[in-house]
Amino acid sequence: MKHLLDIGHLGAAQIHHLLDLTDHMVEINQRPMPKVPALRGKTVVNLFFEDSTRTRTSFDTAARRLSADVMNFAVSSSSVNKGESLRDTIETITAMGVDAFVVRHASSGAPQQITKWTTASIVNAGDGWHQHPTQALLDCYTIRTRLGRTTGFDGLHIAIVGDIAHSRVARSNVQAFTALGARVTLVAPPTLLPADITGWPVAVSHHLDALIGEADVVYLLRMQRERMRDALVPSLREYTTLYGLTPARAARLQPHALVMHPGPMNRGVEMAVDPAELPGSTVLHQVTNGVAVRMAVLFELLGSGSEMTTDAVATAGTPETGTRS
Amino acid sequence: MAGQTSGGPRLVMSADDVRRAITRIGHEIVEHNHGVEGVVLVGLQRGGVWIAQQLQASIARIDAAAHEAAGPVEVPLGTLDVSFYRDDVGLRPIVPGSVTDIPVTLDGAHVVLVDDVLFTGRTVRAALDALNDHGRPHTVQLAVIVDRGHRELPIRPDYIGKNLPTSRHENVSVTVDGVELA
Repeated sequence: MKHLLDIGHLGAAQIHHLLDLTDHMVEINQRPMPKVPALRGKTVVNLFFEDSTRTRTSFDTAARRLSADVMNFAVSSSSVNKGESLRDTIETITAMGVDAFVVRHASSGAPQQITKWTTASIVNAGDGWHQHPTQALLDCYTIRTRLGRTTGFDGLHIAIVGDIAHSRVARSNVQAFTALGARVTLVAPPTLLPADITGWPVAVSHHLDALIGEADVVYLLRMQRERMRDALVPSLREYTTLYGLTPARAARLQPHALVMHPGPMNRGVEMAVDPAELPGSTVLHQVTNGVAVRMAVLFELLGSGSEMTTDAVATAGTPETGTRS
Repeated sequence: MAGQTSGGPRLVMSADDVRRAITRIGHEIVEHNHGVEGVVLVGLQRGGVWIAQQLQASIARIDAAAHEAAGPVEVPLGTLDVSFYRDDVGLRPIVPGSVTDIPVTLDGAHVVLVDDVLFTGRTVRAALDALNDHGRPHTVQLAVIVDRGHRELPIRPDYIGKNLPTSRHENVSVTVDGVELA
């Protein structure tokens, strides 16, 4: 595996492989000295053209725990402000000798484009409304460990609630959850659903109350305030009433059901209960697992040798049928 | 003997030979450490883990025989995955489930690393590095079922099941059913 751009490029076998690898990283992170020399001598550049605290610090921590050198490229204080093009930025940093770029960009497809300008590996840390593959992997890992689903998500019902249309998290998570065998229902007002979801392997509902009692996982998306300006919802209060996790809805959750959120949360909007009081809340688990999953991804791209690469390529060719012996 | 020129797998230790070697190594560990106090067995993932488990059982029997009153003593048993410490990181795939698990602190312990085959010594070097991250043992000893030679580093075993001269391209497999050379 050279790049991680799109969850849709991975088959179930490769997702399972990365999650298996994450088990090893979780063990490392629990040690008194959580650091191994696996990526010594490799350089990872965090290139974030969009604000992010948790994803950037998570990648930063992950790279350091594997002993890679990390460069944090702050766009605001760089020559990007002087008008340097993305291509020149990439080519300049590549010339310094780097092994991987972790890229967050507001334009969908930017990480894919960057692969043409550098020999380094690219990890997509979120591009526009398109993809956020490491978020999907860490959410899969959280579900797998919290619900004990090591072999797959067959029979699980996952409801993704909120602003699907503008969410890269929703797009990658739908692909990852369904690849592992889960049944996914998107719950949102029609204005917050993508214009065309033909071909998405999902069901759609406009009534959270109808399925809150039977979902195994309720995945809440952040309700972005700027959507109000675009008049996609009448008011945040109405959104909360219809689609927020209120105390009344939380009381109807199945005992084992998980409540997930990619962060940052809007308390009182989509999360109208205190997540600390929900037995099934995984919000902080997700953050912890985020570091381990990103370690697994960086190790897979930079640390694993030819044997694994050919295997991964072979599996990528037939994503649905590929199995790992 | 004439039938073995075809180059098929050759059984060099039977299941009984392996079992007896493990029992003997158990005795040697107890003898060398003047008992089992402070001894921690650490099986290297994956080939060393079952051997370390059998060593633990064997030492429990030896020790029970020595102190009848006290009953069997469980020597702590851990597992170590050295994948992230190798100097050839990535040349071997990471095996799912073969996670490190060190249940006790290793500070001041007498750690016995257990593996199936000692070859170049690079796995053991990685294991020594990995142990560092779990504490500072008083001593580290090495037990292997087969020493097949061809060392590339100054590492030698303390406890050996069998010295087995091999050529570099041969394959040694150690299981409960015996040791095969192919």
